[in-house]
Amino acid sequence: MSSATTSSATIARPAALAANPEAPAPVATPPVVERPAAAARRWGSRAISVFTAVATRLVAIGLLAAGWELFPRLGLADATFLPPLSEVLVAWWQLAASGELTAHLQASLLRSLGGFGLAIVIAIPLGLVIGWYAPIANLLNPLLEVFRNTAALALLPVFVLILGLGETSKVAIILYACSWPILLNTVSGVRTVDPLLIKSARSLGLGPVRLFQKVVLPAAVPTIFTGIRLAGAYSILILIAAEMVGAKAGLGYLINYAQYNFAVPDMYAGIITISAIGLLVNQLLVHLERRFSTWRTQ
Amino acid sequence: MTSIDSAGRDRTEPPKIRFDGIGKVFHGRGRSVTALQDINLDVAAGEFLVLVGPSGCGKSTLLDLLGGLAAPTSGRILVDGVPITGPGLDRGVVFQQYALLPWRTAQGNVEFGLEAKGVPRRERADRAREYLHLVGLSGFHDRYPHELSGGMKQRVAIARSLAFDPDILLMDEPFAALDAQTRDGLQDELLRIWQQTGKTIVFITHGIEEAVYLGQRVAVLTSRPGRLKEIVEIPIAGRTDTEDLRSDPEFTRYRHQIWSLLRDEVSRAQDQELARNRQEASVV
Repeated sequence: MSSATTSSATIARPAALAANPEAPAPVATPPVVERPAAAARRWGSRAISVFTAVATRLVAIGLLAAGWELFPRLGLADATFLPPLSEVLVAWWQLAASGELTAHLQASLLRSLGGFGLAIVIAIPLGLVIGWYAPIANLLNPLLEVFRNTAALALLPVFVLILGLGETSKVAIILYACSWPILLNTVSGVRTVDPLLIKSARSLGLGPVRLFQKVVLPAAVPTIFTGIRLAGAYSILILIAAEMVGAKAGLGYLINYAQYNFAVPDMYAGIITISAIGLLVNQLLVHLERRFSTWRTQ
Repeated sequence: MTSIDSAGRDRTEPPKIRFDGIGKVFHGRGRSVTALQDINLDVAAGEFLVLVGPSGCGKSTLLDLLGGLAAPTSGRILVDGVPITGPGLDRGVVFQQYALLPWRTAQGNVEFGLEAKGVPRRERADRAREYLHLVGLSGFHDRYPHELSGGMKQRVAIARSLAFDPDILLMDEPFAALDAQTRDGLQDELLRIWQQTGKTIVFITHGIEEAVYLGQRVAVLTSRPGRLKEIVEIPIAGRTDTEDLRSDPEFTRYRHQIWSLLRDEVSRAQDQELARNRQEASVV
């Protein structure tokens, strides 16, 4: 099946999908009979290749960490603005031990997940409706394009103006930013279902409701998931910016506040935390996405 | 009734399918195209009829009409004497590009048609296995379409269309995308299945050999607008028993006959296309 993500609404497909490990297995391979020694050798070489793969990935991170540690220590960078990594980690540990970090983390995750979750609940049904009814799609498309191309953060002052400095405006801006990728991918997922599948289902006498439920929806799931994954990344990005404006807790606040008070190691501790969360969320969503689209391998 | 039914067939038995003055006109981009014109044709119950014609002659349109996916501009199609008003499970369609649901296994795809029919869950699984077995895919029930070869995908599609037990099987160039060896194999399989199940089959192809090999009758269509040019009876008995039927002199004779009928149409279709391109070029 041709990939269903060609419309302008879809943002780049994940590289992880292209390199799907569950590539089409050769059909009816004769069972391979191996001598134990050969099998052991194969297992050994496999272990080595896995080890090299992991090592390769760690090398770059290791170099970054080493550079971060050594540059300030050797005086190549100003230790005031870039303290060695070990100092940052100590600061991170202190923040974590005092419970301060947990409090910020909790505040941040609540906002992030709140906005993200609401976006899923609102944008998917909306996208399904817009995608399914062509006249609605044609009517709304120019509007969607305008909003899609307006940076969400440009609207942050508007949100603050209307909803105040509290939680509402923060969750709302995250909800807003997360909604677009989900909405647009859902619309495109529904609209780009292989017409032959629809024709074939119609030839079986399926009515519109069952056609939608049994063909259109499952066909759109991978595209919708791409939108969800993108929204997950947005939810973290927007969160930090939102928390730098008039928040009393949260990782964005921690970073900003630490910078004001010249607690530079604390600032970097906050940055490291946010980057770890971003990675974690993305990995989780990539994993989920892959589970839901194993069939989309071509 | 001016039905071009040349066969000396028992006229007292009502036809399974009757094309009654079928015409289809498409409108678009400021001009209208007549795809089909005045098609009159009867298909008997249990018959294997092949429709052959040059590309763009409206073969697939005719199948869409029979499948109830489109309505004719004029005339009507009767199945068992009742006019077709839409798709129905009395007709199963097999498409050239398989049209399998990629997120379902082979078994899930066969069950899809049964779900449309409202067959209970338990029975669905049993019947799906049974029909996968019929098309020679036992043991492949849990494979996804992307794990199957083209020929196997088409077998699944055939199993899906047979499983809900339609009286009529409509096949739109089902083997055109397959390599020659797979195609030959599937043609034999199809004949076997046809003999085993007694379905009425309407099979569309542009392959002359395929038409002669499969069809009890071959209906030759003209190039656009598609009209019925001639119906050729192919009274070859026991096709699957004959070894290398394709090099049989009788087979060659029928092949040549249909080739001659088509040759004029193909060259006419090419002329039409050239003229159309020239016309469009001069407009630009």
